Amino acid sequence: MPAMDLLLSRYRNLTVLLIAVIAQLLLLAYQVRGRQEARLIRVWAVTGVMPLARLLESVRATTTGLVRDYVAVLGAREQSRRLTADVARLKLENQYLKNELATAERARALEAFQTRSPSKTIAARIIGTGSGANSKVVFVDRGSASGVARGMAVITEDGIVGKVVAAYPTASQVVLITDPTFAVGVISQNSRIHGTLKGQGHSVCMVDHVQNEEKVGIGEWFFTSGDDRVFPKGLPVGRAKIARQGKFVQEIYLVPSGLERGLEEVLVVLEGVHQAIPESPQAPQPLKLLDPPPPEVSADAEPAPARRGPETDADRLSERYRRVGSAQGHVFGEGLPGTRPPDFNLNPASPPTKAPVGAPPKP
Amino acid sequence: MSFPGNRGWQASVRRGRPYRWRPLWLVLVPVTAILFQVYLPLFIRYFTYLELPLLVTVYFSLKRGRPAQGVLYGASIGLVQDSLSSNPLGMFGIVKTLVGYFSASVSLRFDVDNILVRFLLGLFFFFFHQFFYWVLARALLGQSLEFVIGQTLLFGLMNAAVAVPLFHLLDKLN
Repeated sequence: MPAMDLLLSRYRNLTVLLIAVIAQLLLLAYQVRGRQEARLIRVWAVTGVMPLARLLESVRATTTGLVRDYVAVLGAREQSRRLTADVARLKLENQYLKNELATAERARALEAFQTRSPSKTIAARIIGTGSGANSKVVFVDRGSASGVARGMAVITEDGIVGKVVAAYPTASQVVLITDPTFAVGVISQNSRIHGTLKGQGHSVCMVDHVQNEEKVGIGEWFFTSGDDRVFPKGLPVGRAKIARQGKFVQEIYLVPSGLERGLEEVLVVLEGVHQAIPESPQAPQPLKLLDPPPPEVSADAEPAPARRGPETDADRLSERYRRVGSAQGHVFGEGLPGTRPPDFNLNPASPPTKAPVGAPPKP
Repeated sequence: MSFPGNRGWQASVRRGRPYRWRPLWLVLVPVTAILFQVYLPLFIRYFTYLELPLLVTVYFSLKRGRPAQGVLYGASIGLVQDSLSSNPLGMFGIVKTLVGYFSASVSLRFDVDNILVRFLLGLFFFFFHQFFYWVLARALLGQSLEFVIGQTLLFGLMNAAVAVPLFHLLDKLN
């Protein structure tokens, strides 16, 4: 026994190793030879480890879900940002296409007017404005190379716009109708009153040199008169917005019709042809009226009372004068001043009065 | 990152005064290692070759420096590992028993805090573990497993590379 104690104390580690290995070898042999399992050890191990694995898997699934949701939110945010950018871009494109469409429509209208107008014109596009806050000057993309010369009229299908004050090879400077230095002879449509239109530096122009006695109505159209030798006669200028008595002459302000829809394309009149001033810029629309209603017929309707004799003193006096005139062969309204008037003192014969129906004849 | 110890390959300063570990860590760390081994390969297949229970066995045996405790520790971890495998109980148990014994014995002669020593020990014991498992599987179970030295060395290097920071982390837990 002392030898055994010595062995265990001296080779304790080796002894433990041998015991552990042999025990496990026996365990192995038990399982392999007997085809049986040491189930209890496995149950302990699985029961101890698998709940932790399940917890780990739960944490992983939750974390993965959170990360996936977060990524999805990030993706949605990115998608939203991209869609917002797309909407903004499409809005810009839509606005651009609308502008293009409006430009095409204006160009088509201008081309139609150019074809219809007897004057020789050339289309031009506004490409710039003059410097200065109060400047009412624009530049067009047609110059002397295109036949444009100083003093030529610039118009649109709606009315006059201005006139060329300087022509350069590739561009021309046009002073607008609203410029304070601009003036053009005009004539009103209805009463044919001549005047001079002057720019005021803002959107309304003034028609000068119209006497107070002349009658100009609000909304009356003014056309170019051709007196200035720049604008051909008959081009629309604008409608009177204000027309009132002034100290010496009337104060008439009108809105230029050529500038009402903005300026992008214009026509430069190369060779002007005078036109007649239209009677009315807008032909009266035929008014459709229904037929008059048929008269109501009823059995107990009384016939309309026959016209009776004069009922007032004026009627009786008018009847007397008529009989005086007819008796003396005088026609009222035709006698010249100084001719003999009818004798109103004569008593003309009274007209025979109708005997009432059913009355006995006079003897 | 600096790892503790760089005092040479020998002359362990801990001889005669083994590390004292909290019992909680002694249980929790190997369980976590086994848990990772059975769980991580579900997502990353190469983690199958990462023998964390082996590395934990080596670490604790090296630190304790007592072969008897290394034997018991390795046998326990190996048996739990066997329980979660399809093998008969005792295969990993015997192998890790030997690993625990020899690693504890080695710690008496080397400075196990040295990074290079840890790396080499990690490589060596992985190779040792795989080789003995192959021997036991062929001898006791009659399985015709293939032992590819190159592949084993490659995975040994991977485990050794993991062993260095893992041992450092376990040092911090103490």
